[in-house]
Amino acid sequence: MSSSNPLRDASDRRLPRIAGPSGLVIFGVTGDLSRKKLMPAVYDLANRGLLPPGFSLVGFARRDWEDQDFCQVVHDAVKENARTPFREEVWQQLSQGFRFVPGTFDDDEAFRKLKSTINELDKARGTGGNFAFYLSVPPKFFPTVVRQLKEHGLSEGEGDSWRRAVIEKPFGHDLKSAQELNSVIHQVFRPADVFRIDHYLGKETVQNILALRFANTMFEPIWNRSYVDHVQITMAEDIGIGGRAGYYDGIGAARDVIQNHLLQLLALTAMEEPSSFDAKALVTEKLKVLKAVQLPGDLGRHTVRGQYTHGWQGGEEVLGYCEEEGISSDSRTDTYAAIKLSVDNRRWAGVPFYLRTGKRLGRRVTEIAVVFQRAPYSPFDTTDTQELGQNALVVRVQPDEGVTIRFGSKVPGTSMEIRDVTMDFAYGESFTTSSPEAYERLLLDVLLGDANLFPRHQEVEESWRILDPVEEYWDTHGKPEEYTAGTWGPRAADEMLARDGRSWRRP
Amino acid sequence: MNIDLTDTTSSQINSALVKARRAAGSPAVGMVLTLVIVTDEGNHYDALRSASQASQEHPSRILVVIKRPGRSPRDRKLARLDAEVRVGGETGTSETVLLRLHGELANHAHSVVLPLLLPDTPVVVWWPEDAPAHPNEDLLGRLAARRITDASATEDPVSTLALRAETYAPGDTDLAWTRITPWRSVLAAALDQRHAPVESAVVEGEAYNPSSELLALWLAERLRVPVARKVSAGPGLTAVRLSTGEGEVVLHRSDGSLASLSVPGQPDRHVALQRRETSELIAEELRRLDPDEAYAATVRFGAGRLGKQTIQPDERQNGSGSGPATGAPAAGRAPRTPEAEAEAAAPPRPAPPRTGPSGSPGGGAAGTPAPGPSASPGGKGESSPAPGPRQLEAARHRIPGADGGGRNTGGGSAS
Repeated sequence: MSSSNPLRDASDRRLPRIAGPSGLVIFGVTGDLSRKKLMPAVYDLANRGLLPPGFSLVGFARRDWEDQDFCQVVHDAVKENARTPFREEVWQQLSQGFRFVPGTFDDDEAFRKLKSTINELDKARGTGGNFAFYLSVPPKFFPTVVRQLKEHGLSEGEGDSWRRAVIEKPFGHDLKSAQELNSVIHQVFRPADVFRIDHYLGKETVQNILALRFANTMFEPIWNRSYVDHVQITMAEDIGIGGRAGYYDGIGAARDVIQNHLLQLLALTAMEEPSSFDAKALVTEKLKVLKAVQLPGDLGRHTVRGQYTHGWQGGEEVLGYCEEEGISSDSRTDTYAAIKLSVDNRRWAGVPFYLRTGKRLGRRVTEIAVVFQRAPYSPFDTTDTQELGQNALVVRVQPDEGVTIRFGSKVPGTSMEIRDVTMDFAYGESFTTSSPEAYERLLLDVLLGDANLFPRHQEVEESWRILDPVEEYWDTHGKPEEYTAGTWGPRAADEMLARDGRSWRRP
Repeated sequence: MNIDLTDTTSSQINSALVKARRAAGSPAVGMVLTLVIVTDEGNHYDALRSASQASQEHPSRILVVIKRPGRSPRDRKLARLDAEVRVGGETGTSETVLLRLHGELANHAHSVVLPLLLPDTPVVVWWPEDAPAHPNEDLLGRLAARRITDASATEDPVSTLALRAETYAPGDTDLAWTRITPWRSVLAAALDQRHAPVESAVVEGEAYNPSSELLALWLAERLRVPVARKVSAGPGLTAVRLSTGEGEVVLHRSDGSLASLSVPGQPDRHVALQRRETSELIAEELRRLDPDEAYAATVRFGAGRLGKQTIQPDERQNGSGSGPATGAPAAGRAPRTPEAEAEAAAPPRPAPPRTGPSGSPGGGAAGTPAPGPSASPGGKGESSPAPGPRQLEAARHRIPGADGGGRNTGGGSAS
């Protein structure tokens, strides 16, 4: 509708995108994610003036709370976790739109109350019937919640108002379950109205991959098999499973991280240039590259899984995975996974992509390293270039977001000696020290209906197609190799790269 | 690390900067621009404080040019440069250099600044108080991609705005315009929803507030309806009323922080509309460094209309805005030319200097009385009355020095 708004002009770039009248309903509002990320993100958006006047937030959970109790909970969460300073007047206007609906997901009465709450908000706050339902609940409840939404006529707005569903990973645990989940949700919500949150895609640095590749000329010409030797994508965590034993055991690192985050990063790194920056063009290119991803023929030699054992990490003694609370001592769940993939297209044929992830590794880091081939001919003696490694371009996704370029340089002195140096671009340094949280961006995009940064169901299914054979192989062959907590994974992972004449970067 | 240099040169300052950076372990240089602040001894503290805060969002090399031309003829003949280099510590990743230009050197600031600019990054010049009449032709202004002035900090804000309109060049911008961004975004969001055409509008605000002038001009230019101005007690802007066939859309803020928005057929809602600190305004300015075409259109539209109580969209002036005149007091913009449409749709790019279709912006001067409260009573052929007597009265009573030199030295001078 903005095209007919005389106050909007494409050349007027100061005016921010403000979502139209709308509200957000959070199921499972008492959860960790909701308190640590969603509520602060809502406040931060309001504080930056990006939420529509009258924006409303409805919490739904099994608690005996009144609206004011809910307000207090949000207040505490915001005070503790918000990124922007707390301002009373922002809080005042925002908190007027807070409502709480107590109940369980199979409770018809609660959903009737939810419906009347929404109607009341439309009248009192002018939300215009536009609501997003955020399902911050375990996936086993998805079918119940969406069915209830449909039965109580909440899944479709009247007139031109919209209803959207927001879901969090895991999107199933294999291709079949993902398809079931998608069909359950798509029975109620149109595919275009379902927003799958992969908070990695909301990170500035991840969006910057596209800017780096497609807004510059100096990288794209060498971004192919003629210059790139291989690509390493790493997501390492220093924490253990914490309180997530129930969820994590039986799922493991590959399903938890590789299927969504790492394959998305791979897609962004390897994809061709989209014809435009809209959701459809992006998904087309991402799908294309995911479809070109092939597993190695010998899964035994080119995939590795591991499980951490008791050890010392960063000066702290930590338990092994099988000693963690709630994990059986003979669990075969992988807490480390590394796989080699190839992308069979003209740009990438013959360039391996190594993906690895793990818990209780050396330190917390996520990065994409594009490692280049050695110079085809060197006029320097081998002794001169002894210490010269391969050139590399590293996108540091978190923490310390930025880009590093590694290249050789002469060591000052009378002899010719060449050594690696790095050149650094720190995101936090060149731009805002407080860049918006991923959830802020993603919530705003949901309210605006902008699906750029959300994986579509085809991508989710395609990712499972890639990972399923690996999981099947692992189920029937051996068990995870052990690695000591605080190290960089099992020895087999190093051997896996050594067989190809390469080695893992120490991030 | 602070390094004081007395009777120095730009190259010595440069080596001091390199030395300071080495001392910090040669961290990666993440500075994205050079910000030059042109000010005097009395005002540099507040300006620098705002700029330093803004530099947390936009790490920059801040060059503060403090002119000390001297009072006696003997002092004026002198030429001396004193500098204070601040790196690390509170300045974060930014570098700050205070340059004190004594005597004759005060007239040659560009010669000091030029060697100190960061290579290959944009330059922004900010005059916190008095700016040159032609920022674009100023020797320092010429170095810059962006020239920031502040009409509200001058003696006569409205005639300053008129001057800005006359001398506008791509890259110019004014903090009075920056201050109304939150108002503009809420109003635009209100009209994003279905609404009846706007027939007329009223902007209420403090006297001598160039921001309310600009907001009124912007509404008139975009909506093509008459916009009246009313003086209120403030602070800053207090209300905008858009009359539509269905009733009034009102955005009202009486306390400078929380506003209420009423739209016909909808419940009244509260909107946080905080008056912002200068540091936030500067941070917003530095976010985009390409010419602000919306500001250009608004301020040019203002040539000849400034200072009048009601802004009529259909009065044709030289060099004012785009599109043919339409007298119809309806919403819906005047049809734009195909070129203009194409331009609007084109991806962002550095725009060429754009002059109005009917002449250069400066060309308006001939047919336009020097606007502003003191000159407009003689406005030729205007049916609308001259500025309110209250405004004129106040203008006469506004004596320099009465309120701190007639200048806004504080950081909280938001709309």
